[in-house]
Amino acid sequence: MAVVYQKSTGLTDVEMHYCPGCTHGVIHKLVADALVELDLLDNTVGVAPVGCSVFAYNYFNCDMHEAAHGRAPAVATGIKRVLPDNTVFTYQGDGDLAAIGTAEVIHAAMRGESITTIFVNNAIYGMTGGQMAPTTLVGQKATTAPLGRDQAHYGQPLHMAEMIGLIGGAAYSTRVTVVDMPNMMKARNAIKKAFQMQREKKGFTFVEVLSTCPTNWGLTPVQSLSWVKDTMMQEFPLGVFKDIDKKE
Amino acid sequence: MKKELWKGNEAIAEAAIRAGCRHFFGYPITPQNEIPEYMSLHMPKVGGVFVQAESEVAAINMVYGAAGSGARVMTSSSSPGISLKQEGISYLAGAELPCLIVNIMRGGPGLGTIQPAQADYYQATRGGGNGDYRVIVLAPATIQEACDQVRDGFDLADKYRMPVMILADGMIGQMMEAVEWHDSKVDDLPEKAWATTGTKGQRKPNIINSLFIDPNESENHNLKLNRKYEEVKANEIRYEADIPEDCEVVFVAYGTPARLARAAVRVLKEEGINAGLFRPITLWPFPERELHEIAKRDSVKAVVAVEMSMGQMIDDVKIAVNGVKPVGFCGKAGGIVPTPREVADAAKDALKGAR
Ligand SMILES: Cc1ncc(C[n+]2csc(CCOP(=O)(O)OP(=O)(O)O)c2C)c(N)n1
Ligand code: SF4
Repeated sequence: MAVVYQKSTGLTDVEMHYCPGCTHGVIHKLVADALVELDLLDNTVGVAPVGCSVFAYNYFNCDMHEAAHGRAPAVATGIKRVLPDNTVFTYQGDGDLAAIGTAEVIHAAMRGESITTIFVNNAIYGMTGGQMAPTTLVGQKATTAPLGRDQAHYGQPLHMAEMIGLIGGAAYSTRVTVVDMPNMMKARNAIKKAFQMQREKKGFTFVEVLSTCPTNWGLTPVQSLSWVKDTMMQEFPLGVFKDIDKKE
Repeated sequence: MKKELWKGNEAIAEAAIRAGCRHFFGYPITPQNEIPEYMSLHMPKVGGVFVQAESEVAAINMVYGAAGSGARVMTSSSSPGISLKQEGISYLAGAELPCLIVNIMRGGPGLGTIQPAQADYYQATRGGGNGDYRVIVLAPATIQEACDQVRDGFDLADKYRMPVMILADGMIGQMMEAVEWHDSKVDDLPEKAWATTGTKGQRKPNIINSLFIDPNESENHNLKLNRKYEEVKANEIRYEADIPEDCEVVFVAYGTPARLARAAVRVLKEEGINAGLFRPITLWPFPERELHEIAKRDSVKAVVAVEMSMGQMIDDVKIAVNGVKPVGFCGKAGGIVPTPREVADAAKDALKGAR
């Protein structure tokens, strides 16, 4: 019998706890597949965030650290400075990375830490129940912005991939999504490229992934995919914001 | 071995390198700046790593990562910076990771002053971060002792898989004293099979973690930590007691005030009063039983806590003395150091009250 599809060997058999329609699981698979395909998994140390993906340490089939909220890039720095030849990655949500941990990620990029950050942007705090994130769209409702994010009160969403792209130590910064097959393939290639560049010690690599949170958006899984395409991508354009391999 | 003149902070840094520390993460703050400065120059010479982090929060989390990956790792700071490290210290304790943290204390609260103080005793011994946890706290009174405690501290951290803190006042960091370097073997450091180094396809993944979402698992983890802390209490208490026969009054002091109390003992002697000094070297675990036995002696009329704070260690002194004798106090704050005369007078006051 021909195998046409199988679970990544980069993931454990622990059952994931994500809500139906949540794309955290898809992103996990892409990361795991990339590590396996590049034959890096056995030499990888991952760092899980505080957020819905906190249990990522049980899902990835490699050595893992669980970091304090927002501190994953600092923890990864410590790991990488001890194990310069290992692959080190962080997996972080938008509250984790773009609010409480902004300093850590910016400075890891500034130092050109040879680590890869997978940034899952779902425009909301998932785990704590749908509060406003720095990436929440203007007008988007959240439990701490019940009438929608008010620009006069909270300003506009942070564009992390663009910001990281401006930093000298960053080798690669891109924004992708996983809402359909073509985009999943692009995301997969972006993640692989980031790990490949890390292997070549080119600097800090950053992949922002637009992701869904049907539970806290109050949408069905299918509506959530459309919302990413029709609304979120208007605010957060996909693209490559830095790639030192492509110097003109 | 010949003696060399060393500044406290630099000696602590050198002692760490000699103890096999190869990773240091820090952030500038007075009066501990000579530690990261020394590390930045000397770590690369031994193939080690020095990183100046963007904050103390980041520095302690780098320590968390490095410790989890099996490194002999250290950070240092001073009071306000140590406040920022508390989150990371709690995680290190929860995830059972070894590391050495040095606090060269200055006055507080808030930005306080850059002058020496001992106002972080509660924070160090009670667990300044969240949760039921302890760190072993070592208090040096001389630069030699600080150097020796660096090696001791790393070894204790490895033995019990927990953070160890050296709690020194700014005086210890800033002054110069003679130091004798002892041979420190670093080729026999313990294996860390639990560390995350990549599975190499040889074993199941290792996980560094302090999250136990299931209440039963969480309680079991706390019980396990507590058993470890009881073991530390049973095995690792360190103190110095210089208590003459017919001792009437016992000073309890650590760090620089212990040296001033020793001078006060001489002042009192000239005035015909027999005084002694009890110096806790581990502040956690505090040498409770040992101090209690001394306080119980018939000749002892009073116990006096001497601190460069408004009174923090005195709580542990009172717990130890447990009401068998009155406990007096001599405290200075904000960078003011008590004089031997003031310390001696506090003893006389305590004796007056006791009669
Ligand atoms: C210091 C600290 N502050 C707050 C929290 C509570 N907290 C847990 S997860 C979270 C937000 C997570 O949101 P995000 O990073 O967007 O990830 P998601 O759950 O959406 O994947 C917060 C605020 C915490 N655990 N620690
Ligand atoms: S709350 Fe949102 S982000 Fe969290 S698992 Fe559910 S859908 Fe995913």
